[in-house]
Amino acid sequence: MIAELTALLSHPLWRMIAALAAVMAFLAVNGLVLLYAERKVAGFIQRRPGPYEVGPHGLLQPFADAGKLISKQLVTPMGADRLLFWLAPLLSLAPVVVCFLPIPFSPVLTGMDINLGLLLILAFSGLNTLALCLAGWGSNNKYSLLGAARAVAQSVAYEIPLLLAVLAVAFQVGSLDLSAIAAPQTKGLLSWNVFVQPLAFVIFFISAVAETNRAPFDLPEAESELTAGFHTEYSGMGFGIFFLAEYSYMVVVCSVATALFLGGWDGPVFPGPWWFLGKVFALVFALMWFRWTFPRVRFDQLLNVCWKWMIPLGLANLAATAFLVKWVH
Amino acid sequence: MPQDVTSRLTGDYYTAQFGPRLSEEGDTLVLNIGPQHPATHGVLRIVVELDGEYIRRAEPVLGYIHRMHEKMGEVKTYVQYLPNMGRVDYLHALAWNWAYVGAVEKLAGITVPPRAEYIRAITCELNRINSHLLWWGAYLLDLGAFTPIVYAFADRERIMDILQLATGSRLTYCYFRFGGVSADLSDEFVRRTRGFIADFRKRLPMYRGLVTDNMILRGRCEEIGMLSPEMARRYGATGPVLRGTGVAYDVRRAEPYSVYDRLDFEVPTGKNGDAMDRYEVRMEEMSQCLRIIEQALDALPAGAHLTPDLPERFTPPKGEVYFAVEGARGKIGVYLLSDGGPKPYRVKLRAPGFSNLSLFAELARGTLLADAVSILGSLDLVIPEIDR
Repeated sequence: MIAELTALLSHPLWRMIAALAAVMAFLAVNGLVLLYAERKVAGFIQRRPGPYEVGPHGLLQPFADAGKLISKQLVTPMGADRLLFWLAPLLSLAPVVVCFLPIPFSPVLTGMDINLGLLLILAFSGLNTLALCLAGWGSNNKYSLLGAARAVAQSVAYEIPLLLAVLAVAFQVGSLDLSAIAAPQTKGLLSWNVFVQPLAFVIFFISAVAETNRAPFDLPEAESELTAGFHTEYSGMGFGIFFLAEYSYMVVVCSVATALFLGGWDGPVFPGPWWFLGKVFALVFALMWFRWTFPRVRFDQLLNVCWKWMIPLGLANLAATAFLVKWVH
Repeated sequence: MPQDVTSRLTGDYYTAQFGPRLSEEGDTLVLNIGPQHPATHGVLRIVVELDGEYIRRAEPVLGYIHRMHEKMGEVKTYVQYLPNMGRVDYLHALAWNWAYVGAVEKLAGITVPPRAEYIRAITCELNRINSHLLWWGAYLLDLGAFTPIVYAFADRERIMDILQLATGSRLTYCYFRFGGVSADLSDEFVRRTRGFIADFRKRLPMYRGLVTDNMILRGRCEEIGMLSPEMARRYGATGPVLRGTGVAYDVRRAEPYSVYDRLDFEVPTGKNGDAMDRYEVRMEEMSQCLRIIEQALDALPAGAHLTPDLPERFTPPKGEVYFAVEGARGKIGVYLLSDGGPKPYRVKLRAPGFSNLSLFAELARGTLLADAVSILGSLDLVIPEIDR
């Protein structure tokens, strides 16, 4: 039975379908886990217990939240563009499933072994910007529109330093395949790219926070200015899907960071996938930590940091990497 | 047929209320902020005309929580009007208590026993810390930092517990009486207040380290909403908003009332008049409040807390009187006109928030939307006080 299954999974198409199904299950569970985790982390940072009423230690709280969101009425606001309005949340979540395919949870546990995995992730995660743009435009709400305008400017600006940081690592390894990038890092802690490319890691992580619209760069949904930004008008699962997409993108960027910089599945005693997930969720925790401790930056400050610091530094880092790679060869 | 929301913010309705649109081409965006909006802290409405994210014009619209406090003063007796004072500005209720009670005492020539004067100073300053703490948390919430308000509320909780011991209530106090205060301070009050002072002295440097020195916060406050002393004077701004511009005007020092001339404290001032200066002034005021409370507790004399022979049916003589105190938001003034009857003929309340808000339209012009939120927060507005 297992032999048959393995034989079946060795075919790329079946393997991809199985991986997509697994990713979707993972996303749903991940949404619930992160929903609970974020509320607990926020609670502990704010010296309160967090959710505590539903189930032991509030463990069933995410199910209650999900049940509430699913059972709520879906309201389409007056004057909204129906098609774009409801297309936006789907367009936000759908690409994220593809983004998980090339992520190497272990040398074997990879949805799709292609040598352009990094490119695939960057291309599909870029679609999220379009989804936010559609949501803001289709809502017929001024706050949403402003939020969408911010989202587009922010995502476009921060994609550049993100790419520069990723390229530096790709130059160094000479591959866009995440497994190939992670593999040389398994020779102990010091072989991790975070020690080889510390600047690229910092740039990547800051850009990732901005790309996922997380605080302190959560300008598209800055609640004290734009009430809820691009998702102001979404009710029920419309909002729920955006929420799920946000958490999924958090895991995607943290997974990419783990594969690129933190040695992927490298680690003692436990099997690789556990190490990979452990590192991913440690980074996710850092994102949550940022959100609950930092004030929000202003829009021009955000773009100034990008254009005046991250891009020049990223370019310098890339040039230095290219020079060293050529020189060493 | 009801007008839909969009047409109310464009077309003739808008023009009638706010004048012609600033852009002939119609490429500005009129955005309605409030009356239900996270940044307006209550029911303030601001109509802004945006060019991109830059504010071309901002018009505050008031009156959503108007409760006719001044008119109520004319139909209630002097004593009956007392509870209203806790509800004009629910955050610094005791200052309003004091302003009204002080005005009536001045009008009727009632003397206040020294113990009561000290008790008033102690409770009023505790209340001021409470108010500044809430402002601190809410302002940071405006700037997108979610956690400080929870810490502020932990400290507020202690103050409210302490004030509950003396006053019996936690927010809308009605504690001061004509000729004193309604209840004496207990030993437990004194003990817990001293404990709070010791703890809060340790908390303030922690807040500075965690929040005030944060780079992002400084970027959001420094050189934002620059207010000149001249402009502050033009609008009649008082309190930390005025002191942030460098003018050391504090009613407790400028027109000393009660025991403040016997207490040693500083009036903190800023330099640039930006949001950061207003922030720093309020933070410094909290530690000055601790000094005042400590001195007052040390000097607290024994004796009565209320003038005993207050008549049951109270009718002050004919005349008019104005009494001002320093509230958390600025100069609180109560003007009373008495015709010799049991009810005031006219009550006029000077709410500092009203003057401070009127600055906003000029201050916000040309700033980014996010800066406008920062400026609005830094003015420390309490809408019920403004609308009265």
